[in-house]
Amino acid sequence: MKMHYDIEGGNFSAAGRASSEIKKTLKQFNIAPALVRRIAIALYEAEVNVVAHAWKGTMNVDLTPEGINVVVEDEGPGIEDIGKAMEEGFSTASDRVRQMGFGAGMGLPNIRKNCDEMYLSSTPGVGTRLEIKVYFGASSVCESCHRNFPAE
Amino acid sequence: MEKNLLQLIEEMHYSCLSGKMLPDRVVRSAYVSDLLSDVMGKAQPGMVWITSQVHKNIVAVASLKELSAVIVVNERHVDPEVLEHAEAEEVVILTSGLPAFETAGRLYQKLNEME
Repeated sequence: MKMHYDIEGGNFSAAGRASSEIKKTLKQFNIAPALVRRIAIALYEAEVNVVAHAWKGTMNVDLTPEGINVVVEDEGPGIEDIGKAMEEGFSTASDRVRQMGFGAGMGLPNIRKNCDEMYLSSTPGVGTRLEIKVYFGASSVCESCHRNFPAE
Repeated sequence: MEKNLLQLIEEMHYSCLSGKMLPDRVVRSAYVSDLLSDVMGKAQPGMVWITSQVHKNIVAVASLKELSAVIVVNERHVDPEVLEHAEAEEVVILTSGLPAFETAGRLYQKLNEME
């Protein structure tokens, strides 16, 4: 099953809509609640990243009996230093975004903690691509299989 | 120790702004933060979230994290649009009328008084 969502940069009142809809769909498929929560957290953070940093983006979901694969692509400023962006507490968010309680520098680390595989690549000035995989067979978080590829 | 929302609303004198139809929800603990990603990372289902944030995204966070309720501190005004969204997403929003420190302190005491 495939799902597609457009994400509008800067529109915080719509942020979370895609993640909420995907969460509802996952619940209907009887996926373990703990797994659904992990996926929802990762997707929400990814969605907010596009809203907070990019001009526009898309979220493409591929749901199979084995797991979920999500690709979030945006057109935006991109990420200068992916290693730094993955550090807890590092953020380039604007003051406006921080006042709303975003920009704590925990989005990408939260994504990494809540998925089985994560691939992040970016071209500064062009955009960012994030791919997240969660396997339904894996009953617990596998710390060792978290991966982060700075460049493709 | 756990309480349900109805008990907490009555004993702590909270005002209920949304989700009045969900009084049976259990409250086991609470998390205090105004950083949304912090809540996304650290809060657990069954917690109430004490915050001064009142924009629409508190609804998404509370819903995605399956929090029992959001307790808005002080006399912060929550827009009808946010409350409407909260009703649709079955998110309970309460107000304590007190600052975060007092809100958290009193709730901590209440949740631990039986132990």
